[in-house]
Amino acid sequence: MAKLDSQLFQIDALDELASGDSIFHNLDPRAKLVTTLVYIGTVVSFGKYEVSALIPFAIYPLVLISVGGLPFFYLAERVLLVAPFAFFIGILNPFFDQTIMIHLGSFSLSGGWISFFSIMLRFLLTVGSALVLIALTGFHAVCMGLEKLGVPRPFVVQLLFLYRYLFVLIDEASRIIRAKSLRTFNSRGTKIGTFGSILGHLLLRTMDRAQRIHLAMCCRGFDGHVRLICPLKIGWKEMVFVLGWVLLFFSMRFYHISEHLGLMIMGNIL
Amino acid sequence: MHMADALISPVTGGAMWAVTAGLISYCSKKVKDDLDDIKVPLMGVMGAFIFAAQMINFTIPATGSSGHLGGGLILSIILGPYAAFLTIASVLTVQALFFADGGLLALGCNIFNLGFFPCFIAFPLIYKKIVGDTPTQGRIVAGSLIAGIVGLQLGALSVVLETLFSGISELPFTTFVLMMLPIHLAIGIVEGLATAAVVVFIFKARPEILRSASQATPIGNISVKTVIIGFLGLAVVTGGALSWFASSQPDGLEWSMAKTSGSEELKEPSNHIHEAFSGVQKKTAFLPDYGFKEPALENTGKKIGEEPLAVEGQESWPAVNAGTSVSGIVGGTLTLALAVMIGFVLKRKKY
Repeated sequence: MAKLDSQLFQIDALDELASGDSIFHNLDPRAKLVTTLVYIGTVVSFGKYEVSALIPFAIYPLVLISVGGLPFFYLAERVLLVAPFAFFIGILNPFFDQTIMIHLGSFSLSGGWISFFSIMLRFLLTVGSALVLIALTGFHAVCMGLEKLGVPRPFVVQLLFLYRYLFVLIDEASRIIRAKSLRTFNSRGTKIGTFGSILGHLLLRTMDRAQRIHLAMCCRGFDGHVRLICPLKIGWKEMVFVLGWVLLFFSMRFYHISEHLGLMIMGNIL
Repeated sequence: MHMADALISPVTGGAMWAVTAGLISYCSKKVKDDLDDIKVPLMGVMGAFIFAAQMINFTIPATGSSGHLGGGLILSIILGPYAAFLTIASVLTVQALFFADGGLLALGCNIFNLGFFPCFIAFPLIYKKIVGDTPTQGRIVAGSLIAGIVGLQLGALSVVLETLFSGISELPFTTFVLMMLPIHLAIGIVEGLATAAVVVFIFKARPEILRSASQATPIGNISVKTVIIGFLGLAVVTGGALSWFASSQPDGLEWSMAKTSGSEELKEPSNHIHEAFSGVQKKTAFLPDYGFKEPALENTGKKIGEEPLAVEGQESWPAVNAGTSVSGIVGGTLTLALAVMIGFVLKRKKY
C-alpha cells in the first residue's frame, strides 16, 4: 500500500516541478532532450578507468538544478533510490581486476576499484541528468518533443495514453488491494489462484475501460488518427542552449580540466 | 534486469537504440495498418495496467518471497506482438524517465531485452505453437510457463552480451552467465506462472477475448522470420558502422589505459567473443591503433617533464605516473567544488 501511494506521489511530484517557471523550463523540449542525450553519450564514452575527467560533467545537472530552482536533495534521493543495480554489478569489478594502478604513498588502488568509482560516477551523472530533464520539462512536453523529432506517431500517442491512465489504474489497483486486505484481515500471502483472479478482474476492467474510452473518442469524431497539437518553436535561446552545452561537453571530453587544474595547483605546491 | 547507462558503452547503446528505433517504427507502421482503432486506447490503458499489475504480488510457495507480473508475454497474448512491443516500450520509457529505472542510453537495450524476446520469439514461436487455436487450461499453463522462461532466459543472455561488448564491467563471460541465467530461470518461472494465472482466469471468464486476440494478429512465421533476420542484420550493420566511427578516435579505454599505465594495452580479456569482436574492429578501423596514440603519449610525456619529482620515485614500475594520478584527484575535487560553486552562484542570482 505504502509503496503504491509513494510511487504515485513520486510521479506527481516530478511532473509538478515541471510546471515551474525559469529560463530552462521555458526552452523548447527538443533542445533539452537533445542536449541531455549528447551529455549522456559523452559521459559514457569515457574509458572505464576514468574518474577525474568525469567530475567536471557534474556541472550540467548542477546548473540546470540551480537555475531551474529544482529541489536538489529530493532529486538526489531519487537517484540514490535506484543506485543498487549499478552498485552490485560495479562492486564485482574490484574482485576481478586487481591490477594495482595508483600508488599514493603506502596506499594503493587496484584497477577494479577505479572502474567501480567510474561506474558509480557515470551512474550519478546519467541518471541525475535524466531526472533533471523530466523535472524541467514534464512528460507531456517531452512527448511532444519526441513527436517533433520524428518518433512514430503511434508510439507517442501510446506514451501519452499510458501516462494519462497510469494514475487511474494505479488508483484502481490500490482499491483492489485495500479491499483484499480488509477481507483477509491483512494476511500477508496471496495464493497464485487468488492472484490470478484479482489481476484477471483488473485486466477485464481495464479492457472495459478501453472500450468505453474508445466509444467516447468515437463520439467525439475519432477516425483512427490521433492529431497532436504541439506549438513548439526553436529560437535563438534554444540554439544557444544546445550549442553552448554541446561545445562545453566536447571540450571537457577532450581537454582534461581536472588534471590540468590539479597540475597547476600541485605545481605551485611543489 | 534493467541495464544502466553506467554499464554500457556508446557503441553498444547506440547500436541497440538503432535496432529498437527500427523495431518501434516497424511496429508503429504495423499497428497503423491494422486499422483496428480500438487498439489505440487499449494499448495505452494496457500499458498503465502493467504498472498497476506490478504492484500486486503473489506468494511463491515454499520460499517466503513474492513475485509479480513482468508484462511482455501477457501483452502479446492480449494485444498481439506488434502492439505489445509498442506498449512494453512505452512502459520502459516511462520507467526510465520517472523512476530512473535503467537509463536513457540503455533504453534501447532494455526495450530490446524485455520487449523483443517475449513479443517476437517467446509468444509466436512458443506460446502460440503450444496453445494453438483451441486453447485448454493445461495448454495455456504449459505455453505461458515455457514462453515465460524462454523469453527471460534470452533477455538475460542478451544483457550479458551487451554488458560484455560494452567492456565496463569486469565480470568474465562465464561467471556472468552462470549468475544471470539461474536467477532469470526463477524469474521466468514466476513470470510464466503469473501470466498463466491471469490468462486462465480470462479464459474461464471471457474466452472470447483470447479468441479475438489470437485472430486479430495475423502473424505468420514468415513475417516473424523477416523481423528477426532484418533486425539482426540492422544490429550488425549499425554496430559495425558505429564502432568504425568510434575507433577512428582514440578509444576511450585505450586512451585512459595509455595514460594511467603508460602501456598501450594491458591485456586482452581472454574470451572468444572479445577476440572475435576486436578482430572485426581491427578490420573495420581505418586507423588501427596508431596516429592518435602519439599525441596522447606526448601529452603524458610533457606532464612527466613538468613533474620530475613524482616520476623519479616511480620509475621502477612503469605502469604508474603518480604525478598525473594525484593531480587528477586534486583537480577532480577542485572541479567538483567549482561546479557546485557555479551552481550556488547561479541560484543566488535567481533570487
